[in-house]
Amino acid sequence: MKKYLSFFRIRLINGLQYRTAAYAGIATQFAWGFMEILMFNAFYNADAAAFPMEFSQLTSYIWLQQAFLALFMTWFLDDEIFSAISSGNIAYELSRPIDLYTMWFTKNLAIRLSKAALRCMPILIVAAFLPRPYGIVLPANFLVFSVFLITMLLALFTVVAFCMLIYIATFYMLSPLGIRTAALSLTEFLSGAIIPLPFLPDNVRKIVEFTPFASMQNLPLRIYSGNIAGSEMLWSISLQVFWLTMLVLIGKLWIKKALKKVVVQGG
Amino acid sequence: MRLYLKYLSIHIKSQMQYKVSFYLTVIGQFLTSFSAFLGIYFMMTRFNKVDNFSFSEVLLCFAAVLIAFSLAECFGRGFDAFSGMIGNGEFDRIMVRPRNEMFQVLASKLELSRIGRLVQAIIVFAYAIPASGVVWSADKIITLILMIISGVIVFSGLFVIYAALCFFTTEGLEFMNIFTDGGREFGRYPLSIYGEGILKFFTFVIPLALFQYYPFLYLIGRSDNTLYMLLPLIGFIFLIPCYAIWKIGVRHYKSTGS
Amino acid sequence: MIELKNINKTFKISKRNAGFTEALKTLFKKEYTYVHALKDVSFSIGTGEMVGYIGPNGAGKSSTIKIMSGILNPDSGECVIDGLTPWKNRREHVKHIGVVFGQRSQLWWDVPVIDSFELIRDIYKIDSITYRRNYDELVSILELDEIVRTPARQLSLGQRMRCEIAASLLHSPAILFLDEPTIGLDAVSKIAVREFIKKINHEHKTTVILTTHDMQDIEALTGRILLIGKGQILLDGSLSELKKRNSSYKTITLEFSAGNFKEIPGIIMNNKIDGHGVFQVDTGVLSISNAISELSKSADITDISVAGATVEEMVVSLYEEFKI
Repeated sequence: MKKYLSFFRIRLINGLQYRTAAYAGIATQFAWGFMEILMFNAFYNADAAAFPMEFSQLTSYIWLQQAFLALFMTWFLDDEIFSAISSGNIAYELSRPIDLYTMWFTKNLAIRLSKAALRCMPILIVAAFLPRPYGIVLPANFLVFSVFLITMLLALFTVVAFCMLIYIATFYMLSPLGIRTAALSLTEFLSGAIIPLPFLPDNVRKIVEFTPFASMQNLPLRIYSGNIAGSEMLWSISLQVFWLTMLVLIGKLWIKKALKKVVVQGG
Repeated sequence: MRLYLKYLSIHIKSQMQYKVSFYLTVIGQFLTSFSAFLGIYFMMTRFNKVDNFSFSEVLLCFAAVLIAFSLAECFGRGFDAFSGMIGNGEFDRIMVRPRNEMFQVLASKLELSRIGRLVQAIIVFAYAIPASGVVWSADKIITLILMIISGVIVFSGLFVIYAALCFFTTEGLEFMNIFTDGGREFGRYPLSIYGEGILKFFTFVIPLALFQYYPFLYLIGRSDNTLYMLLPLIGFIFLIPCYAIWKIGVRHYKSTGS
Repeated sequence: MIELKNINKTFKISKRNAGFTEALKTLFKKEYTYVHALKDVSFSIGTGEMVGYIGPNGAGKSSTIKIMSGILNPDSGECVIDGLTPWKNRREHVKHIGVVFGQRSQLWWDVPVIDSFELIRDIYKIDSITYRRNYDELVSILELDEIVRTPARQLSLGQRMRCEIAASLLHSPAILFLDEPTIGLDAVSKIAVREFIKKINHEHKTTVILTTHDMQDIEALTGRILLIGKGQILLDGSLSELKKRNSSYKTITLEFSAGNFKEIPGIIMNNKIDGHGVFQVDTGVLSISNAISELSKSADITDISVAGATVEEMVVSLYEEFKI
């Protein structure tokens, strides 16, 4: 694990070195969040009654989503792993004394965390200073905030566990790009990245909230602003833990099968 | 030019070698813009109208922008992916050939798989055109065509600017995405919904509104100003600064290497 | 006819420092270092000459080639190639040069090589008669008949390199720049490529400028060597001059059964594995026969051979001499 701590550190330093990239990235995300809020504002003006959440809850959702984008975005995948699989270099990875699943899992975690660490503060700070309806609001109390942090961490794990499945699926496909793009765009929609889930019609939303996708960013972002609270919150958190466990279990079992195939075929 | 067609035939031949992968990517592209469509669908069914535009009107806007973007991405991929070309020395190879560099970059890539998005847009058009209640007289049809052509030009111009900036730095160009991908995503809705300031910016600085908004108003009958119908043509003028920045970029490359 | 006079080129590179605090600093202020890639570089190359351009990495070889190709403009100095200044008349100049980059291919990957050739024909506007003639000649000399209809990605490195060279000559360039043309090739292909370049040079008087680290390329092809180090031309002379200059060095290869070699002045041990040793002798310090007798004092020699220094060794000692 020390390896991944230093990995994290190196990525952080790297990120800092490319300062223009850092500034530009933050500017991009900020502009993106801003435009999204303007869009929702237009809809709010069209029909405030139909707006399924408080506007301040929405703005907090958007800003947190931008700030922690690196944690939640499922299309943020590691090319190194893909090329290792397609080139057969997997064989080398197998000769190491670490379980491949854990290794890839921690690697992805490290990458995402380092990226988020760089980006989140500037975005949050600016968002905090924006005029009332457009900025981010503070959480109701410390308890809510801690639950937010916990569920965000669990959400990160869920996202990475899901990405693991995508990596493993690549073992079976010659040219995964098309399927990958397709699956990921739907995933993005279902996890509330395109529009927050409360905007979906009730019957659709209830179904989506059952899926693992709702546990990826939807949950923590709405817990923060109080959009999900009380018993609904407890229920959703248990669902999140359930899906996380399932995804990890399936992942571990599947990777064993996939690796057997690799070994038998010689890569 | 005939040379460009020869390039195209090589690209098509190349990509057809990988039929399965190609079709899968096309489907992937289709589904990507499908989720954008879903976003519009669910928002519009909940709110009925936004800034007084109806669902089918918004779809017209969405489809036009999508067609323009997918065509620009298909043909302009050379510029869109230019940072790779500098990095691996392909641009040096281009400099060693006795042809205009911009032409060569344009001809260097053809991303056929973007057809996936194009198909999506056409399907949306198929629904929206009758449903929108627009009376499709000759001038309206011309307006729509101008909108799309101008859109292709403006998006391509943005790709050229991105490529030109790659000459100066390969970092920090992420912000161009706001205009290219952002233009496509936020251009789903008529640009007026984002407010006065944004509309002005996209009219005078990056002329997205000149093909997506004003002629659109004319199209759906919200405005009778025939001038609006011709505004897309100004999009062509946008290419002038794009070309200038490109030239500056090439000059910079020649004095600093890679 | 290539002529360079007092070419200078300096690059500004931003400094990247290691460590966390340094990285934090770069967020606020950028630092630069200046690299003097070329300092007062001058030389001329006549039509039809074959020149080897050598030097360690970072010495300025690729910068010079880029200037001569018209890709890069120097800070100061002149360069005239067949009446044109490369970077000022890029499109006109480039019609008469061919470039082969050893590592990067100019062939389109997934289509048959012949399709790439035809597209090149159209890019260079080669008339059909000249194209036909060049095509036939290149295909026959390089033996491309069987592979010309295969996609480039399916060819072996050796086959691909032959096609690369053919591609770069389709438009009958007067000057050919070769950058590491034999890198990664097996011995047979290397010889084939060298023979071919010699032939082209002989028949078409094509000027050839070869940058390479493979000294056998140099030995087989070039009569003249330009050595560049740290941005300056350190040596400009014929290969035979170079050999004479270094003829005081000889290599002794030994096979022995037991031995422990002490330091002997004038003898440098290049290599020693069980029972086999290679030594470089400075004949200015001690004669070959004395060297042999000294060495035999330390070991039971079973076999000896004596050879002049190879080009490789000469270049290594040159690098040492010039401290590059």
